[in-house]
Amino acid sequence: MKYESCIIGLKNVTKDFSIANRKKNTNLKENHEDLAVSDVNLNIYKGEIFVLIGSSGSGKSTLLRMINNLVIPTEGEVLIEGRNTQKMSHNEMLTIRQKKISMVFQSISLLPHRTVISNIEFGLEVQGVKKSLRIKKAKESLRLVGLNGYEYHYPHQLSGGMQQRVGLARAIANDTDIILMDEAFSALDPIIKRDLQNQLLDLQSKLSKTIVFITHDIDEALKIGDRIGVMSQGKVIQVGKPEEILLEPINEYVKKLTNDINLQKLISASFFHSLTSEAKEKLIKKYNTQIEKLLETVK
Amino acid sequence: MEKGHFKISIADTIDQTVEWITINFSSIFDRFSLLIDNCINLIIYVLTLINPIVLIIILSIIAYILVSVYMSIFTLIGFSIILNLGYWLPMIETFSLVFVSVIISILLGIPIGIISSQHKQLSKFTLPILDFMQTMPAFVYLIPAIFFFSIGVVPGIVASIIFSLPSVIKLTILGIKQVPKEIIEVGHSFGTKTHQLLFKIQIPLAMPTIMAGINQCIMLSLSMVVIASMVGAPGLGAEVYRAVTQIEIGKGFEAGIVIVILAIFLDRITQKLSIIKWKDGGRL
Repeated sequence: MKYESCIIGLKNVTKDFSIANRKKNTNLKENHEDLAVSDVNLNIYKGEIFVLIGSSGSGKSTLLRMINNLVIPTEGEVLIEGRNTQKMSHNEMLTIRQKKISMVFQSISLLPHRTVISNIEFGLEVQGVKKSLRIKKAKESLRLVGLNGYEYHYPHQLSGGMQQRVGLARAIANDTDIILMDEAFSALDPIIKRDLQNQLLDLQSKLSKTIVFITHDIDEALKIGDRIGVMSQGKVIQVGKPEEILLEPINEYVKKLTNDINLQKLISASFFHSLTSEAKEKLIKKYNTQIEKLLETVK
Repeated sequence: MEKGHFKISIADTIDQTVEWITINFSSIFDRFSLLIDNCINLIIYVLTLINPIVLIIILSIIAYILVSVYMSIFTLIGFSIILNLGYWLPMIETFSLVFVSVIISILLGIPIGIISSQHKQLSKFTLPILDFMQTMPAFVYLIPAIFFFSIGVVPGIVASIIFSLPSVIKLTILGIKQVPKEIIEVGHSFGTKTHQLLFKIQIPLAMPTIMAGINQCIMLSLSMVVIASMVGAPGLGAEVYRAVTQIEIGKGFEAGIVIVILAIFLDRITQKLSIIKWKDGGRL
């Protein structure tokens, strides 16, 4: 079995913003719905890419932020390698964020007053790593994302795709076991998005981190996810391998989500190749009948 | 006033307080006064040591490097006019007065602004005081300032600090508050400690706004020079004040124009300093 050890464990995790809202505390993440996440149980295993998919407002961003305690759960436990983050001291939490979990954001996450290289160094600088080592590591991870030569550019001089790569490089430079990616590719145009997805898969094959990836794009989820969790209205309604999500949708919502996938992208996704020929046939058959139905209505 | 009419005795209370402070803290005030006086004299001494023409050329070069060719031409012509009109020494005196009061405002204002921005309760407390300081007519400060520091340049500086300090504090608070919460979240996600977040993210990103505050501070203290001259501060303000009291319209305008030239020069230079770091970029 590929996944032998659970690195992130969520037990009955709930986030109720109504309490914070009543106090009029400006929380890090604004949320319109009071109950953002309710009673989520989830295990994420070492070395996998776990994709959380759901429409906006489904609580996926909040859930992700509870993993590194940027959002503090109202109830439940978050276990990082078996240790409950809710029982950690502030300093222990800082250490976890510095050395265990790094994060890639959707947009405007680069520090505008710093060059690319010093943006990548940031995490190490916070940890107090020596300057020479910092630069060495930063250059290494810049090379990994294919941006060598841009060390001394400022973020505003880069395109959106390049900025996201720098964000990724910054997370890689920290060399943490866990990388959280919050809709990291959502704001990019399709071609650059595809390139970055491929690059991420490529990097993952070299580095084998544990990646929790958030998206609202089912094609993206199928392409990069080892396992997928579907979220709706603050609940994780189904967790499974891509083919399980496609072939055995648990309810109407998941069915609807998987209905309009891009067949071409599905066939080119890596999980598809590792399926048994039986499962492949099943999948193709499912979508073939759909296409036939569609053609009939057109006629 | 009618007998038996109750009146809140603000005036009496303040009079008594000022008297009490004057008596009990006179040695501290004297020392402060001496320090400021010496600072100003030193700056005036150094600046008058340099030949005016050399100084004009240096200022033009600074304007060229920091702003533009046009600004350097303006500086060259403007300061030559000042020299020609015979206002060189008053100009230097005014500059030193402004310089010292701005430096003190920065040294007080930025730390106060930073501390206030970190504590919501504190900023609730400081903001009304700042509004009070800014809206209270500046003349009012002059009288107690004379009591504390006697006649001369020091009460003028104190009054202009009280008047211009709030802009530094307010814009420091604003600048730090304006840092996008997404960027703050990035900081948190890397496990920054509070001081790291402050010095590596919040203050650098607030820097353009803080510099705008310093720029405003300079302009406000320049606007105070005439008022400062009423308590005996030397410089361009004194020239204007004399012209006003003797109804010399032409002379008044001459001195006024010199203030304007100095103001434009200081304004453009400090404006440019605020965005020189990351040029056109970095705006979010």
